[in-house]
Amino acid sequence: MLTKEQIAQRIAQEVRNGQYINLGIGIPTLVANYIPEDLEVVLQSENGLLGIGPFPTEDKIDPDLINAGKQTITMVKGSVLFNSAESFAMIRGGHVHLTILGAMEVSENGDIANWKIPGKMVKGMGGAMDLVASAENIIVAMQHCSRSGDSKLLKECSLPITGIRCVKKIVTDLAVLEVAAEGGFILKERAPGVSVEEIQSKTEGKLIIEGEIPEMKF
Amino acid sequence: MINKVIKDAQEAVKDIPSGSFLMMGGFGLSGIPENCISALLKREINGLTIVSNNAGVDDFGIGLLLKKKMVKKMISSYVGENAEFERQLLSGELEVDLIPQGTLAERVRAGGAGIPAFFTPAGVGTEVAEGKEIREFDGKLYLMERWLRADFSLVKAWKGDTAGNLIFKGTARNFNPIMAAAGKICIAEVEELVPAGELDPNQIHTPGIYVQRIFEGKDYEKRIEQRTVSHS
Repeated sequence: MLTKEQIAQRIAQEVRNGQYINLGIGIPTLVANYIPEDLEVVLQSENGLLGIGPFPTEDKIDPDLINAGKQTITMVKGSVLFNSAESFAMIRGGHVHLTILGAMEVSENGDIANWKIPGKMVKGMGGAMDLVASAENIIVAMQHCSRSGDSKLLKECSLPITGIRCVKKIVTDLAVLEVAAEGGFILKERAPGVSVEEIQSKTEGKLIIEGEIPEMKF
Repeated sequence: MINKVIKDAQEAVKDIPSGSFLMMGGFGLSGIPENCISALLKREINGLTIVSNNAGVDDFGIGLLLKKKMVKKMISSYVGENAEFERQLLSGELEVDLIPQGTLAERVRAGGAGIPAFFTPAGVGTEVAEGKEIREFDGKLYLMERWLRADFSLVKAWKGDTAGNLIFKGTARNFNPIMAAAGKICIAEVEELVPAGELDPNQIHTPGIYVQRIFEGKDYEKRIEQRTVSHS
């Protein structure tokens, strides 16, 4: 089973040179730590910044410079600031190439649920609905099962959904999976030491297994 | 130049009546109109509807207005980090419209720009789409959203001049420029107010035409929600 850092590390392998990328809160934020230094990519923060830099040292903290998770950040050379309407014009307009975000559930046709648990949690969707409705390439980072052990890869989402037929790839603590155009999770890679049987038993939605499934490489 | 300068926050918000429809700039606690919120707290008004991306935290920002039961309805995209908000929402004391952040921004932008409605893909197939017109354009589904316009918009800028022109700093810009344009009366509080002519016209983010009142704020706290540092 992968740690959160390892999930982030595996997702970083999906990043390509020249991409503009939006990273969600949680595991996706960690992906920035593992993007190879020889790749030139730009991280977008939907509150109005292209070019997120590392967290500041104590003496460089600026309350007027935060990311979408409200954490203090810095800017890199070539950064640019803009208002919220402009930010989402970039997102809806398809100018952001890759979106990486967390999820509570993903269905076998690529629906994602990550914004609401009726009666329990009412925090809102933030920018997630705009992102998933618009991005060409959406990768989900999440645990394969909930804390109570229930599969989060389902036939149909049970929670209110954030977007329909949008998730392309999922990286969990157990596996890398792709969503098939005709529905179903195509098993691409296993976490080191995790068997296909275990992944099968923890995947409620249709799991498509073709040939030998290799272990992830780091 | 038309002089937009008023004395202070008290003066700025003194005629905002109960039941007003307000917009407040800011993302989290960054770029919120701190002085105007403090001045509103001293007014005996209620039944406010507030458009703001977030709802502050329990003891700062819009959270203070909620605690004093001045707010009837919030129109926001994300309202975590606020226990009093959640309590009032679950008990039914407070109405809330949760809107995708990009839709919220575009509804405000459209309000300021005179566009009554537009189509967006955000929320198609979700509960956000319930009751809304859905149309297909070039093979993809979109839903119709309406503009938002306010009686008063309260914004915060870094620098401003006596003509109402505004410059923002960092990510404190966020919703402020679009809300300035979407309020019938825009009240701008700035950290530094200078005479018209001192700001470089090339660098101005919000033209003064959108701003009706401007004053230099004081004692900015600029509270940080998630103080995150690197040690290298």
